[in-house]
Amino acid sequence: MRDRLIFTGQFIFTLFVAAFLVVPAGLSISAGVTVNYFRGIQSGVTLQWVAQVWELYAGTILLSFVIAFATLAVTLLAGVPAAYALHARGGRLARIVEEIITLPLAIPGLAIALALLLTYGSFGDFRRSWLFILVGHVIFTMPFMVRSVMAVFATVDIKTLDEGAASLGASPWRRFCDVIVPNALPGILAGALMVVTLSLGEFNLTWMLHTPLTKTLPIGLADSYASMRLEVASAYTLIFFVMIIPLLVAMQLLADRDNKR
Amino acid sequence: MSQRSFVWFCLLPLAVVTTAFFLLPMARLVVAGAEGPHGLAGYLAILTEGRYRATLINTVLLAAATTVVTLIVATIAGMFLQRHRFPGRAVLIAMLTFPLAFPGVVVGFMIILLAGRQGLIGDLSNRIFGEKLVFAYSIYGLFLGYLYFSIPRVILTIMAAVQKLDVGLEEAARSLGASPWAVQRDVVLPALAPAFVASGAIAFATAMGAFGTAFTLATNIDVLPMLIYTEFTLAANFATSAALSVGLGLITWLILALARTFSGSAVAAAG
Repeated sequence: MRDRLIFTGQFIFTLFVAAFLVVPAGLSISAGVTVNYFRGIQSGVTLQWVAQVWELYAGTILLSFVIAFATLAVTLLAGVPAAYALHARGGRLARIVEEIITLPLAIPGLAIALALLLTYGSFGDFRRSWLFILVGHVIFTMPFMVRSVMAVFATVDIKTLDEGAASLGASPWRRFCDVIVPNALPGILAGALMVVTLSLGEFNLTWMLHTPLTKTLPIGLADSYASMRLEVASAYTLIFFVMIIPLLVAMQLLADRDNKR
Repeated sequence: MSQRSFVWFCLLPLAVVTTAFFLLPMARLVVAGAEGPHGLAGYLAILTEGRYRATLINTVLLAAATTVVTLIVATIAGMFLQRHRFPGRAVLIAMLTFPLAFPGVVVGFMIILLAGRQGLIGDLSNRIFGEKLVFAYSIYGLFLGYLYFSIPRVILTIMAAVQKLDVGLEEAARSLGASPWAVQRDVVLPALAPAFVASGAIAFATAMGAFGTAFTLATNIDVLPMLIYTEFTLAANFATSAALSVGLGLITWLILALARTFSGSAVAAAG
């Protein structure tokens, strides 16, 4: 009887917490397709707000994808070899390097953005281009790629495989392409999903680094929250959800598969 | 190319990117903090100047409150979800963790939909009490926003820690006559302490540095990230904003580093 009571109490509490998280998201989705949110859903369902968002903000959505994939390309090119090097070399230096590249997770984005502005703000062309935002995103997402790949190296006996290939006469470059990368694939995939998801949603850095001509999706969101009617802001948020949820589901599926193995 | 030089070659792109776009700018930021009219003393302004100190205290209190409430909520829910199997459990877990990837601005908007001028809470309170309750744009709204993004993170850590608990210890305590409450207090909660420290530190550091949520909600909330932002953009006070952000970065980094030495696992903040 008493256990039953505790169970019910905890269950209701957990439901309440879940409602706190889900209800506003639901409200936002419904508001984005409602003719008039103030009068409620009975005023009719419409896609006019979504269309209006597309008209006003299509550029921000496009730029966000460009930056997310460019960030992915840079983190892959710099992060995957580095993860291998850090794993292969090991020791104190590797720990210090890992510590340094993880620092951007512990320091608020605002501080990193200020640092970039103070250092490169006077390089006009660079400052005005989207590459300035890309740099911030790369610094912020790099640790996720490097650590995700290093986590795989820690479970696969990469050293034996690497030495085996070396004893057969494969060059370092050949071994990296044919042995290291294929074995690191699950980590690369997990890291890539994380990098793209984080880049698409990044605001703290981006808000400081953007210019009126280089607005990303979250910048546009903040803009619409401040100056547009609730339905438009909601429709814009809805578009963001539609973009981000497949990535989250893919990440979850990947994690589940790893757990089962 | 020898194996040794190949390894160095692999490290090169990362080293270049990190040095040029992180280490160098951070060094510049630290220098800029001392370039104000007061020189190095500019760094002490965060403690000596009344307005900055009040903001710092405000931010720390808000982050501490967020951490404590998040830990309590996440422990109750996380323990429940990990210890019981029932239909719909997977859905419930998914609901509790999907806001993980929401940027701060979106969290701010969620709070506006809950407690803003057209919000659900105001609507309900208007119907029941005839008075519209609107608190999204105050420090309570910000507090709710910080809860919104820290609960999912902390729940995941707590669930993982509960899964690793040795159920035998609890059974032993019970068989020795300990009451359910005593088992929780003396066996379960102490075993979860490292998870509390690790996830609490993340929640605290994230709440200290969160900018997006405050930006969306704030008409007039004094928290450190907003202060840095206004000093930089509105007052063009570069030295002060640099000094304040170095201070903020130092605080969040220190908390995470301390938590890591204590709990022995990797800890990181985001948002």
